[in-house]
Amino acid sequence: MTLATSPAAVEKFSSAYANADQAKSPAWLSDTRKKAWSIFSELGIPVKRRGNELWKYTNLAPVAESNFEYDVSGSVSIDQVRSTSPWDYTWNIAVVVDGRFNADLSNLTEDVGVSVGSLSDAFSSGSGDIESQFASLAGREEYAFTALNTAFASDGAYVAVAPGVNLVNPVQVIFVTSDSVQSRASYPRLLVDVGSDSSITLIETYVNLSPSRQLSVPVTEIFAARDAAVRHYRIQMENENSFHLATTRVAQMEDSEFTSTSFAVGSSIARNDIHTSLDAPGAVCTLHGLYMTSGQQQQDQEISTTHAKPSCTSDQFYKGILSGNSRAAFSGKVVVKRDAQKSDATQKDLNLLLSRGARIDAKPSLEIYADDVVAAHGATAGHVDSDTLFYLQSRGVDEEAAKAILIRGFAEEMIDEFEPESLNTFVERVASERIPVLLAESDTIGTT
Amino acid sequence: MLEIQNLHASVLDIENSEILKGVDLKVNKGEVHAIMGPNGSGKSTLANVLMGRPDYEITDGDILVDGESIAELRPDQRAHLGLFLAFQYPAEIPGVRPWQFLKAAHDAKAEARGEEKMSVRNFTKLFDEKVEAVGINPDLVKRSLNEGFSGGEKKRNEMLQLEVLQPSMAILDETDSGLDVDALRIVAEGVNSMRSPERSFIVVTHYQRLLNYITPDIVHILVDGKIVQTGGPELALVVEKDGYREYLPAAGATG
Repeated sequence: MTLATSPAAVEKFSSAYANADQAKSPAWLSDTRKKAWSIFSELGIPVKRRGNELWKYTNLAPVAESNFEYDVSGSVSIDQVRSTSPWDYTWNIAVVVDGRFNADLSNLTEDVGVSVGSLSDAFSSGSGDIESQFASLAGREEYAFTALNTAFASDGAYVAVAPGVNLVNPVQVIFVTSDSVQSRASYPRLLVDVGSDSSITLIETYVNLSPSRQLSVPVTEIFAARDAAVRHYRIQMENENSFHLATTRVAQMEDSEFTSTSFAVGSSIARNDIHTSLDAPGAVCTLHGLYMTSGQQQQDQEISTTHAKPSCTSDQFYKGILSGNSRAAFSGKVVVKRDAQKSDATQKDLNLLLSRGARIDAKPSLEIYADDVVAAHGATAGHVDSDTLFYLQSRGVDEEAAKAILIRGFAEEMIDEFEPESLNTFVERVASERIPVLLAESDTIGTT
Repeated sequence: MLEIQNLHASVLDIENSEILKGVDLKVNKGEVHAIMGPNGSGKSTLANVLMGRPDYEITDGDILVDGESIAELRPDQRAHLGLFLAFQYPAEIPGVRPWQFLKAAHDAKAEARGEEKMSVRNFTKLFDEKVEAVGINPDLVKRSLNEGFSGGEKKRNEMLQLEVLQPSMAILDETDSGLDVDALRIVAEGVNSMRSPERSFIVVTHYQRLLNYITPDIVHILVDGKIVQTGGPELALVVEKDGYREYLPAAGATG
């Protein structure tokens, strides 16, 4: 293979891959990692946008053109983690630094029926069904970033809930990028196995302590067994120079429920790619989220659900608030397979554009192969409404404050979904801090 | 005291769109004025121009509050001087709770006037009292502002804001003929309970019906952007009986 035909940026990762620690990997994992590397070597970073539906609106050239070290030696203090992440001592918290599980920083509780810990340990002890589960969802399709993560997967976090356990306290996994002047790549990995008839509140948080450009390529796989209920939250607030290209894959069995709300404010280029597969009748999946962007940020939501079996319900609902010259892409996809009769699918993306330079590319799509299906979709983009603004101003609040009230109001229903109190307070605070930043770059009112 | 002098106003950025063509009006403290007129006479525009809606442009004349021009002031600054506009169709604002919003408005007014902001506790007490006084369902005001409110609930919510903000000059835009009797009654109760020697009202309305519940001190007839007649409450009854025909240019030409 000549360099001219080599896919973008593969070489930049190859020496790191060659040096990556494979020693502790069991044979099956080494095998999986090798396969993943060969997939990534073939695909490279997807910089071609023409004819590439997945990356049509997003330019990954800055990712392909940057150099990243692979280095897991960073250190982080507990104060740094606590001051940047949601935190509650009643929560079971695993902290993962630059992709490595860190027991000292974690707050592992004695909650019965759940194990929260290092993925590396789970690999070596062969916990649960890890061998059959790992990379089984994030490997269903050939995709550069899941392959890249898997190629480097040696650690991360592992969460397993035994059957019939209703966890009261949330489990949080915090993925921290340590403070470094170097540009580094990290591959956060999370595997969650929720037993039948169990319930869990799971919070995934991504924070970045470094002000410099970092690449984070997370992969999360979640297995919800029969009658399991997973309440999932995802907080993404990496620094504004960074790249965050995340994949979440969820498999749902009969009558399971997966409810997810994401809050994405960080990164220079970020993608939240989540796919849920409703693999058995009666599964219910709710994917919601709020994204707020400013400056030159690109924030993507790549949301898809497959109704593989009958009588499943899915609901995708995202809201975006965009300012400055930022961009966001929403791609919502629902596939209803031929024998997935009695499916119910809704999809919605609402955007508030605060500036002329902001842009949303919304692409809702439904692919329906069954005939007995209820489906609805829609997407909107609008500016702050001038009549509404006048109404608020006529009561005595100035334009800036009125806009802030309206932005906050627009975000409210999503923020309300963050139910655990400490989490809600955190999201509320981060959103309130972001609003003035967005307003400072706002230059439009009204619908023209 | 509010004084409107030879007020001309057009739709912003649209040529030959003059709607108000020289309105003169003086409203003293404690007075209730009714402005009536046929559809398209400029009543609603007048109400909105007084409050500073940015869609309109004052091309001539002036608006004075206690002798000072407010023509160049923003809507929020006018509110700080004591103006208030009760909207015919208040905006539905999801996610914004009335308490929150009114606290912000109350604080902004206090700040602009160099007064002390009310504590959360005292404001909540005031808010709860007013919620009870205007008879709005307390559960409703925990929700979004006007979203999903019935017509009557929206009116009550406007009256709640009037009660909480205690303006010195309240303008009520009730131009729509479609207002039901309940809504009329709610607005009238609000005005009547707030009526005081220190507070004036301008009630803009198409039909005399509203004036069955509010007795104005002075009634003006606005036609084609000008006040064509001013009189006592009896003037409203004349209009109710005869309509606006005699004021309309076409009627004048033929009759």
